[in-house]
Amino acid sequence: MTYLTKTAVILTLLATAACTDTAGGFFGGNSGSDISGAGIGNIDESSLEYFQVSIGSTVLFAVDQSSLSGATIAILNAQAGWLNANSAVTLVIEGHADERGTREYNIALGSKRASSVRDYLVSQGIADSRISVVSYGKERPIAVCSNASCWSQNRRAVTIVNGGMGV
Amino acid sequence: MAVLHRITSAVFGLLLAISVSVVPGSAQQPTLTIDVTGGVIEPVPFAIPSFIAENAASSAIANKITRVIAEDLLSTGLFREIAKAAHISGVSNFNAPVQFADWRAINSQALIVGAVNASGNRLTVKFRLFDVFAQAPMGDGVQLSGSLDNWRRIAHKVADAVYSRLTGETGYFDSKIVFVSEAGPKNDRRKRLAIMDHDGAGLAYLTNDDALVLSPRFSPNNREILYTSYETGVPRVYQMNVDTLQRRVFTNLPGMGFAPRFSPDGRKIVMSISERGNTDIYAVDSQSGRRTRLTSGPAIDTSPSFSPDGKQIVFESDRGGSQQLYILSAKGGDAKRISFGNGRYATPVWSPRGDLIAFTKIAGNRFHIGVMRVDGTQERLLTASFIDEAPTWSPNGRVLMFFRVSSGANGAPQIYSIDITGRNLHRISTPNFASDPAWSGLLK
Repeated sequence: MTYLTKTAVILTLLATAACTDTAGGFFGGNSGSDISGAGIGNIDESSLEYFQVSIGSTVLFAVDQSSLSGATIAILNAQAGWLNANSAVTLVIEGHADERGTREYNIALGSKRASSVRDYLVSQGIADSRISVVSYGKERPIAVCSNASCWSQNRRAVTIVNGGMGV
Repeated sequence: MAVLHRITSAVFGLLLAISVSVVPGSAQQPTLTIDVTGGVIEPVPFAIPSFIAENAASSAIANKITRVIAEDLLSTGLFREIAKAAHISGVSNFNAPVQFADWRAINSQALIVGAVNASGNRLTVKFRLFDVFAQAPMGDGVQLSGSLDNWRRIAHKVADAVYSRLTGETGYFDSKIVFVSEAGPKNDRRKRLAIMDHDGAGLAYLTNDDALVLSPRFSPNNREILYTSYETGVPRVYQMNVDTLQRRVFTNLPGMGFAPRFSPDGRKIVMSISERGNTDIYAVDSQSGRRTRLTSGPAIDTSPSFSPDGKQIVFESDRGGSQQLYILSAKGGDAKRISFGNGRYATPVWSPRGDLIAFTKIAGNRFHIGVMRVDGTQERLLTASFIDEAPTWSPNGRVLMFFRVSSGANGAPQIYSIDITGRNLHRISTPNFASDPAWSGLLK
């Protein structure tokens, strides 16, 4: 039942999925306060929900770094396993940065982070052609406070399956 | 877009002709001069009696024009206005002799006298500037004519002429700022391009907020804007004509494109292109779209800016381990590092005068706007806050605008202006949050 506790992540997925087909739907409305997680029931292991909730779509980075930590690699191994089992799925990797850098540098930094994740997934057997990347720099924070607890959440790469756009 | 076109065509009027001619009168050497380079301690007092309305229909616009001129001059921090209530003599005739003793008595060192004639959509503004203590005109009288819609631009041109005569510098009031207007909560911030006068007046939007947009920059002739948009899902560089709002995207370029700027002749665009995680600087021919790679290697190379002669490019790179400023020939080759201080340097912008480079510096958990000489010496930090970022030069190279972001869950950006002397920090009033300002050149 661990997946039922991660309701915020489910909500993020639903919000993202809801706006991927609208022009400029880059801002997932993930500020909702409640969701009926208990109503989801058994999740199909090939579902996008399972990928988001049980595997985890987000990996974090140290300040001004794009290298992958041990915890990050464990998540990416799980992502690769799922992606290998669900070979029809394409993915976009979003790279993000915290607010403690300039806009243009942070786009470049987010690009490095997204690319680090792509390179690792490719090394784990995922076809490069299934993966595209995009960097949002510091323009799409997920946590809004101005201290280390929020900045650490914003230094992230998010694997979006079957959605979004990238290069 | 058609609606936007109508709005902006009416608002910009960048192409509309304003004719300037000399009003007969004797030109004399000015004795009153203001040094803008050292930072004036005591603002120079001036008087600007409301410009004479030459007919009844001109009365309201004459007052508005007078106030725009006064506010332009006051915004520099170099001048202090002597209030109308203190004036001893009024000015009822543009050609009448000036009662210098009355202006000297209230210590008004400069006097601006003007007249306005609005008939139909035609507006004519005349002015003369006097050095009260020398009891002499400073330069010829000048007459400006244009359409009534352009009254604010004509007022800015008068203020530019006054500023120029008093300081010996070219002015910067008849200019535009293009920027990113922002609204909404921090985790759902909507961004759109907007344009306004240097003082925040006459704001018009260039895009809607469907797609994330960043870093607009003017072309040398002020007619085109480069910017970064995510409308296809990834950042790409677009070019927009500010009159027609027609746009084009450099679709032939790979990867993600951002941080664009024009060369001084408008024929090239430098930008960053990020491919497979590696960000380098390219020069792109603005007509053919053909690209030339200027940097290589795994470091982040971004935020390029041309020197005014077009021969060199300053940019930031973390190739040495942390973000520092480098200068490169516009043809490519080896880059030379110019910044060596503690902290990280970013967003370098070459002064239109060629003498200084403005930058963002991140040090000790503070962001600063600073300037240094082109060889990296004489670094001076002008500001400090949670986030101060992305300076842009006034057309005369004496003032910088930048954006300042407040901290916290409700943190948001606003545009500020500061003289390169470090004085006269003030916010530019905008209806929403505002970031990424880019100053045009002086309009023609």
